[in-house]
Amino acid sequence: MLAALGFRLGQMVLVMFGISIVAFLIFFATPGADPSARIAGRNASQETLLQVRHDFGLDRPLPVQYGLMMNRLFISRDLTSFVNRGQLVVPTVTEAIPVTLSLVGGAAVLWVLGGLVVGVIAGATRGSFVDRALMILSLVGVSVPVFWLGEVANLLTQSRWHDTWLFSWVPPLGYVPLTEDPWGWFKALIIPWFTLATLYVGLYGRVLRASLIEMMQEDFIRTARAKGIGERRVLLHHGLRTSLVAFVTMFGLDFGALVGGGALLTEVVFGLQGVGKLTYEALQTLDLPMILATVIYAAFFVVMANFIVDVVFVFIDPRARDVR
Amino acid sequence: MSADAPLLVVEDLTVSFRGDEGLVQAVGGVSFTVKQREIVGVVGESGSGKSQTLLAIMGLIDSPRAVVSGSIRFMGQELIGLNRRALDAIRGRQIAMIFQDPMSALTPVHTIGNQIGEQVRAHEKVSARAARARAVQLLDAVGIANPGRVVDGYPHQLSGGMRQRAVIAMALSCNPVLLVADEPTTALDVTVQAQILELIGRLRDEFGSAVILVTHDLGVVAEVADQVLVMYGGRIVEEGGKGSVFRTPLHPYTWGLFGSIAPMEGERPARLAAIPGAPPSLSNLPTGCAFGPRCAYHHDDCLVRPPLVGAGGHRAACVLPETKRRHLKIQKAAGLEMQQ
Amino acid sequence: MVNVIADQPAAPVRRATEGPWRTAWRKLKRDRSALAAFGVLVVIVIASLAAPLYARYVSGTDPFVTNLNGEIVVDGTTQPVLQPSTEGLGLGTTPIGPTWRLGPYLLGADNQGRDVAARLLYGGRDSLLIAGAAAVLCLVLATFLGVVSGFFGGLVDIGLSRILDVLWAFPIFLLAISLSIVLIAQSIWIGPFEIRSGSLWLPVFIIGIVYVPYVARPIRGHVLTLMQAEFVTAAIGLGASPWRILWRDIMPNVVTRIIVFVPLILALNMMTESSLSFLSIGVQPPDASWGTIIQDGQGLLYSRPIVALAPGLAIVITVLALNILGDGVRDALDPKSSPRGV
Repeated sequence: MLAALGFRLGQMVLVMFGISIVAFLIFFATPGADPSARIAGRNASQETLLQVRHDFGLDRPLPVQYGLMMNRLFISRDLTSFVNRGQLVVPTVTEAIPVTLSLVGGAAVLWVLGGLVVGVIAGATRGSFVDRALMILSLVGVSVPVFWLGEVANLLTQSRWHDTWLFSWVPPLGYVPLTEDPWGWFKALIIPWFTLATLYVGLYGRVLRASLIEMMQEDFIRTARAKGIGERRVLLHHGLRTSLVAFVTMFGLDFGALVGGGALLTEVVFGLQGVGKLTYEALQTLDLPMILATVIYAAFFVVMANFIVDVVFVFIDPRARDVR
Repeated sequence: MSADAPLLVVEDLTVSFRGDEGLVQAVGGVSFTVKQREIVGVVGESGSGKSQTLLAIMGLIDSPRAVVSGSIRFMGQELIGLNRRALDAIRGRQIAMIFQDPMSALTPVHTIGNQIGEQVRAHEKVSARAARARAVQLLDAVGIANPGRVVDGYPHQLSGGMRQRAVIAMALSCNPVLLVADEPTTALDVTVQAQILELIGRLRDEFGSAVILVTHDLGVVAEVADQVLVMYGGRIVEEGGKGSVFRTPLHPYTWGLFGSIAPMEGERPARLAAIPGAPPSLSNLPTGCAFGPRCAYHHDDCLVRPPLVGAGGHRAACVLPETKRRHLKIQKAAGLEMQQ
Repeated sequence: MVNVIADQPAAPVRRATEGPWRTAWRKLKRDRSALAAFGVLVVIVIASLAAPLYARYVSGTDPFVTNLNGEIVVDGTTQPVLQPSTEGLGLGTTPIGPTWRLGPYLLGADNQGRDVAARLLYGGRDSLLIAGAAAVLCLVLATFLGVVSGFFGGLVDIGLSRILDVLWAFPIFLLAISLSIVLIAQSIWIGPFEIRSGSLWLPVFIIGIVYVPYVARPIRGHVLTLMQAEFVTAAIGLGASPWRILWRDIMPNVVTRIIVFVPLILALNMMTESSLSFLSIGVQPPDASWGTIIQDGQGLLYSRPIVALAPGLAIVITVLALNILGDGVRDALDPKSSPRGV
């Protein structure tokens, strides 16, 4: 098993490397895209352009540029922003991480619980009214664009119904650090949590239901029933437990993608300065070092999530332990 | 319960399914009795209704389109229509079932010990440790080497034969008085088959269980059964003691079954004999005797469904007059193929 | 041991067994919600395509031209399209709200005085076109890659899979955003074709590419499974050429998967396009899509919410219909489900 893990680790590093190269190429080497022109601004004179190129090392060959960037990013960590001159990229990113983690973590708790409840109830009462209702709700949840839902939520909680007892407690948009004010942190995040979780509850509920229904047709379920242990135990201890494998795999990947910056729409709509929002702002201003840092950070998280999923998979599915 | 009282009495059991094109009758009015410590072999081909009969006994038919009628009395208690709780009290404890494919019969994510222990603790108040100990005992009793290791192992780590043994051990964990087995050896190689059959044969002596054994293999029946039931088209066409049925089969279908067995001695036949035609469509059963269309001795009386007739516990659902039957039997024994 | 070979059929068969496509079609026809969803989609498509007609005959104004000083007649009184704002400090203007009457400004105006309802229809056209074109691009490319990868195996498979993996490791969104930002600013050349910045082909290209791994991997997996299947081994044993196996054995099975993907990918593409447009890196002005209109409505969210709500609702309805249809198609093509459902 250790050999397998080591192999996975090695693969991870390779993929990271590949991603950093692709990211670098997209931003620094797209034909027709000249970073120095963007930094210097429009209508810059030739001398300004040359000066900018020299200052930022953009007149060196590509591999050298890549090396320099990576060095400044990971080793010396003194990579500065092109746009906000002097702003250190790495600390900015690290400050944004807790925000994203808070958002995604809380939403994840909601959507896992929600998904489990919806999936199990719908699967167990297959064909009934409850099942149909849950599936329709799930389908709607999956069909709503998250940024629009966030806007609607804001409309209701910040404006229309803000003065009613329902939503008067909702603070203005923005993040409150947990260490400063736990209750404030909680209040500021509740609406974003539910908004982000809606899509995923729908998705996971449907997937779990389908998986459960398929699982309940399996032979070992029939054996379990014949043992006289009660339908609830059959459903949960045998059916659900076996379906969990797919559920956990999906979760790991989605969580990783979200923390990596996939939550940017939610962050933008709710004014939370997380990694996603940072990425977006950097992209808008074409702040290349920042973009590079956030994109690589994002990819790192996704790859890390993949890796963790693989490891967890080995723990929850005994069949995977011996095959390697 | 007295030693003579029958364990299981099935009366006029019918299992149908509402299909797209009407009612599909998987089991059509089946009646039989199982006595204590008796081994009953049910023979039939695919589609004969033998598996569905077993599932009906266990209450495992849960398709919403199924219609089960008739009576199944186990130790005096009616099983059809029994509520789930009462059914669960009986299942796994007094009646246990083992299925055809051992490869997929056990839940892949729990240990063997966990699964056996679960059954024990569902029916008896024992601690987890005691349940595990019993599991080890049972695994040993069914002939699994290293029971202490296997009990903490997972199903995928065992071979097919071992898995089936584990399944049998699990089924026996609460000392059921009736074991129901649906083709337990079909998915296994011949050598393993022999071992499993031997185990099943021992069940009666060592555990005191009665067994209903469903199979399509006459050899299996010859090996272990006391009573034989031959099923065709969802009905019982012949029933009786093993010796009687094997020596003097009464029903033309049974003749066909025996006739298609390659002979061990004598001249080697040019072709293997087969029963002409194909099994009936269960949604479109022939009127009268289900075997009629394929029977060489089919005549007008066969258009009415024949009752089981016979003597001495050996009966067949066939209206051939006795004299004619004996004459034909002699013809058969002389090695003449069945002609259409 | 019992050998029952059918020399003659016992009873006549009632009707010829139907092929899988017939069964699927039959099942689909009975699925009422899928049919309803399809109907809704047809209505939406027709309405969107009729956008120019609507703009000309119903709303009367050009939805792409700002109309800050316009006036309309409502209930006999003439009102300016942008009215002095009564919210907050009373500064600025608020666009007129929905008239709920068939005619100009059915859904009111946006902050540039443009007719929201007309823009909604035009936006629908762009959103649907982009989603559709991107879906075609994605499915064609993904099928090609998936089939080639699964069929030929070996180095080809390894190479392609690695590329797909790296592509997929990028959180989809970030990849789309990155490509958009880089490409939106100027034109790019693909071979002899120039895609100008601001052209609608850019979002099509980006959205199409981004979802390729999502479709290619399952297809590759399916092809791999099929290659192991007995009927393929039999075909090889009979001496069939690779092309023949590909076309007659593999592709028909893969086609089923692809068909199931169509509504799904359309729905995903619509969501992605609207998200990108919302962030101003999808469809560029002067073109409009539902995403851009939501963006337009952001500033008016508290004062004139209909501008942001209407396109969002349109997206929800369209994507919901696509998802319901997708479910119906998938159930219809599943050989195990019965026409009655459950």
